Amino acid sequence: MKRTTYIVVAGVVLLFGLSWVLHAVSMSGEADGVARAFMITIAAFLTLAIYSFLYKDNPFYKFAEHLYVGVSAAYWMCQAFWSTIVGNLFPRLSEGLSNYFQQPYQASDWNITYWIPVILGIMLLMRLTQKYGWMSRWPLAMIVGTTAGLNFVRYLRSDFIVQVSSTFMPLLGEDPHGWQGFGAFFSNLDLSASGQLAAIVSNWVIFFGVICGIIYFYFSKEHSGAFGRASRLGIWILMITFGASFGYTVMGRISLLVGRITFLFRDWLEIIS
Amino acid sequence: MRQQVPLLITFIVGSLLIVSVFIPPFGDLETTFNIWFDIIAVFAFFLGGGNLLRVHINKLRKRKRDWGFSIVTIVGFSVMLIAGLFKIGNPGDIASAVDAPGSLFYDIFNSVQYPLSATMYSLLAFFVASASYRAFRAKNREATLLLIAAFIILLGRTPFGMMLTSWVPDSTSLLQIPNLAQWIMNSPNLAGQRAIMIGIGLGVISMSLRLILGIERSYLGGDK
Repeated sequence: MKRTTYIVVAGVVLLFGLSWVLHAVSMSGEADGVARAFMITIAAFLTLAIYSFLYKDNPFYKFAEHLYVGVSAAYWMCQAFWSTIVGNLFPRLSEGLSNYFQQPYQASDWNITYWIPVILGIMLLMRLTQKYGWMSRWPLAMIVGTTAGLNFVRYLRSDFIVQVSSTFMPLLGEDPHGWQGFGAFFSNLDLSASGQLAAIVSNWVIFFGVICGIIYFYFSKEHSGAFGRASRLGIWILMITFGASFGYTVMGRISLLVGRITFLFRDWLEIIS
Repeated sequence: MRQQVPLLITFIVGSLLIVSVFIPPFGDLETTFNIWFDIIAVFAFFLGGGNLLRVHINKLRKRKRDWGFSIVTIVGFSVMLIAGLFKIGNPGDIASAVDAPGSLFYDIFNSVQYPLSATMYSLLAFFVASASYRAFRAKNREATLLLIAAFIILLGRTPFGMMLTSWVPDSTSLLQIPNLAQWIMNSPNLAGQRAIMIGIGLGVISMSLRLILGIERSYLGGDK
């Protein structure tokens, strides 16, 4: 490493220590003040380390990135172990293990078939060895088969049948804005967000929007003539969708950014209350 | 043998789950397979953890580029794993939640993982801003539509959007930016999302069939 790098690292370590001490002093009246001060300081420095990437890739960002990978992997492993293995598997396999982990055990829950996923799981771990790596194909096949079988029915129901049936909506409005004739329609004509015109236009946009959107994705016929015009309308609907999704995503990211900035200025620097 | 058995397992499991929908006595099969799936998934998590360790230990051993950061990954992984599996500092007994307040696992999550995760995602706000600067040019009709929709949604989600159009009377309240943003989300956006969902649904159904029937075999890898 260069001399400059050493100086920067030493500076950051010094700042970290200073921040910790200052925080510990300000929290000296609280229980676990020193430990809490350490946690706030480390969270703040890790936040800054990630933001340092905005300048360019640097060792502080790499440090935070590598730490994130390691901690996240262990976090999900522990959560999965305690919730699924201890909470779901042990009570079905062994009274002794259930008692050890203080999980409610009922003899009626005991099921020998639950050894199958355990054996398949151990076979999956064989992937880590060179000689028996092929054994991991069996549990993988089980995972693929389960996913395929479950998704076949699930997507057929929720992403196809339900979506298609929801698209067929009354084009002349529905309750509480059901069609009551031209007279009633024109006498109540306004552009209020909860009015009948908005409701009717929404139904038209959804019905024709979905059909045109699907036409755009249909590539077995040339997009020309009436079909092409419908496909063009489908592109417009999709563009509005992408724009809306983009705006929505940006707002989500901005709110996260506001959260982190608030943490830095309120919890760490204590500049705002 | 190494190809045929996995194909047979996929076929039997997939077909059973589809058939179980139509035969009431097999109705519980879906729940059972879901739990089995979760159990195998936990082993997959452990496989992922083991692989992560293997990759970084190899990097460390061979002194590859940036090997020093592998130590950070290994230490972070090991400390969090020990804290979680042994419930270090957990104020309750063994039956209490692994992430109970006061435990080391909870503290590491709050002071390391959560800040890193939230900051990592918030970093995207800057990149999205830079990307939108390049993408949001009204070059043609489609790009203009995307630009207008995104702009209305962004404005509609802020108090500024309400402030700009608060003077619009109730009889034309659809033209108030927050209401317009809501309408875009509930109508054209819904239509587009639905068209995409139907497409995805059909794709998943056909891919599931290909997998169950053994036409799609790429998940098995090579012939070894």
